Amino acid sequence: MKIIVPIKQVPETSQVKINEETGTVIRDGVENIINPLDLYAIELAIQLRENHGGTITVITMGPPKAEEALREAIAMGADEAILLSGKEFAGSDTWATAYSLAAIIKKIKAYDLIITGERATDGDTGQVGPGIASFLNIPLSTYTRKIESVNKQYITVQRLIEEGTERLKIPLPALLTVVKEISYPRLPTLRGKQRARTIGIPVYNSIDIGIPGNKLGLKGSPTRVVKIYRPQVVRKGTILKVKDERTLSEAIDRLISFLEKRKIISF
Amino acid sequence: MKEEEIWTISEVTESQQIKNISYELLAWGSPLAKELGVPLSAVVFGNNLSEEELRELIYRGADRVYKISHKYLFPFIVENHSNILDFLIKKFQPQIVIAGATTQGRTLMPHLSVKLGTGLTADCTDLKIEKDTGLLLQIRPAIGGNIMATIKTPERKPQMATVRPKSKKMLLRDENKKGRIISIEIDDALFDRKVIHMGFQKNEKEEIDFSTADIIVSGGRGLKRKENLTLIRELAKQLEAAVGASREVVDRGWISYPHQVGLSGKTVNPKAYLAIGISGAIQHLAGIKTSETIIAINNDPLADIFKIADFGIVGDLFEIVPLLKKKLEEKRKTNEI
Repeated sequence: MKIIVPIKQVPETSQVKINEETGTVIRDGVENIINPLDLYAIELAIQLRENHGGTITVITMGPPKAEEALREAIAMGADEAILLSGKEFAGSDTWATAYSLAAIIKKIKAYDLIITGERATDGDTGQVGPGIASFLNIPLSTYTRKIESVNKQYITVQRLIEEGTERLKIPLPALLTVVKEISYPRLPTLRGKQRARTIGIPVYNSIDIGIPGNKLGLKGSPTRVVKIYRPQVVRKGTILKVKDERTLSEAIDRLISFLEKRKIISF
Repeated sequence: MKEEEIWTISEVTESQQIKNISYELLAWGSPLAKELGVPLSAVVFGNNLSEEELRELIYRGADRVYKISHKYLFPFIVENHSNILDFLIKKFQPQIVIAGATTQGRTLMPHLSVKLGTGLTADCTDLKIEKDTGLLLQIRPAIGGNIMATIKTPERKPQMATVRPKSKKMLLRDENKKGRIISIEIDDALFDRKVIHMGFQKNEKEEIDFSTADIIVSGGRGLKRKENLTLIRELAKQLEAAVGASREVVDRGWISYPHQVGLSGKTVNPKAYLAIGISGAIQHLAGIKTSETIIAINNDPLADIFKIADFGIVGDLFEIVPLLKKKLEEKRKTNEI
């Protein structure tokens, strides 16, 4: 089974700071990580390979340093990696990103399955996975929580939806976006880390994969960011401090009467 | 035919009733349609849709209802819905298409926007019309809710967005509101029959669903250990509340993903949200902001959760929660006597 896992390198969300004057994101000194949900996609790919054989190729689009994320995926157990990189990709929205990733997948690989995380923690859109499936015209399952069975022709999956779960039988090749329930990501192994240090990772630009410049990056993106700003949080309430047993008891009594007054509880 | 309508993509339940998100979408679209002076439409896919249900969409704000009824249109299969919408949008040329940021909307819309070659903004918290251009301004949180971004699709049509469920109140029902139901026949060639739906499995009954719970009690990292989640479960039981959790708690495997509250879990707006041991990452705050009342218990007085709390207690949750439970029990007993 040939599996492709498109991943994304993202800033560690909790460390992101905003320049209040310009409203831009300060990325200096912020640690970059593999998008956490992509780890679940990589883990699922490894489990499928363990049970059914095959190879795993991780791909990403990003600046040269995004190679670190690919090496981490190799350390976890992926077989090979490809980096799509070049200035022409800068400023891509989800449409242009899906277009570029679909183009490289089309160009270089025969595959049975593409697995992605349900969304990335920075953009938080969840649009690139479904977009790739649409560009490649292959079946899609989003919010995939479980693989029930796989054979050469079909994969049967469970999807997490609002009311519960649903089961889909999908012909291969197909694309799955996965949620956390799918697996528990393993840590890199020592052997994996050694491979990750030495493996060659090919870097392609748009000319290498023969895609037109007008569909890439900012130029190819249908959407434009007009403005970014820091959200203002507004709500001022009663805050009580517990210092000893008396203030503890008082705080709880006041909480209970607050809940009663707002008709949240009644006795 | 080109009237530059605003379209909303309705959703239906298994019994072919219109889901509330459909009415909320009309509440989103209504001010935009008024400002632009164009009709507001609801597009409904289903199997055996009743006129009575569809008329509800008119009473809740739709000028036109496009009814697309076919045995292959329920349950939702993204490829079918996307093919048909692609066809209809090219034919009717709406200028704006809005769907819910539900599992259906967030699957369908990106798939569709690729086919249409147009832009899509996910999970918007506000939509406005730009004065000079008449373009749709789509406002959404990004980078874990650390920033808000205003986005537009300047050159392509339609302009597409998904909006959060339950973030807008439905319009008042008006039985005098006039509108048309337009039935559309679909060519069988538009159905992609590759994916086979094998059935649903509903959530277990004892699990209280976020979308119906009045109270949600949520636990965060401050609980320190998986076992301590019992405190949250017991308090929730006492208050007849649903159990929620921060992303971190879910990431550590203390509770399953459907309980996760926040931008990458569920966005909630209960009558009361009790955040216990949750520091309040902006991502979490963004997911609870629309709750009527927010109560926070945390030992860090500087925790961001207190900035949006209506009532907060700074202190040790391991002291506060057990005593709160005890006092609630005592009060209940006293009142029973």
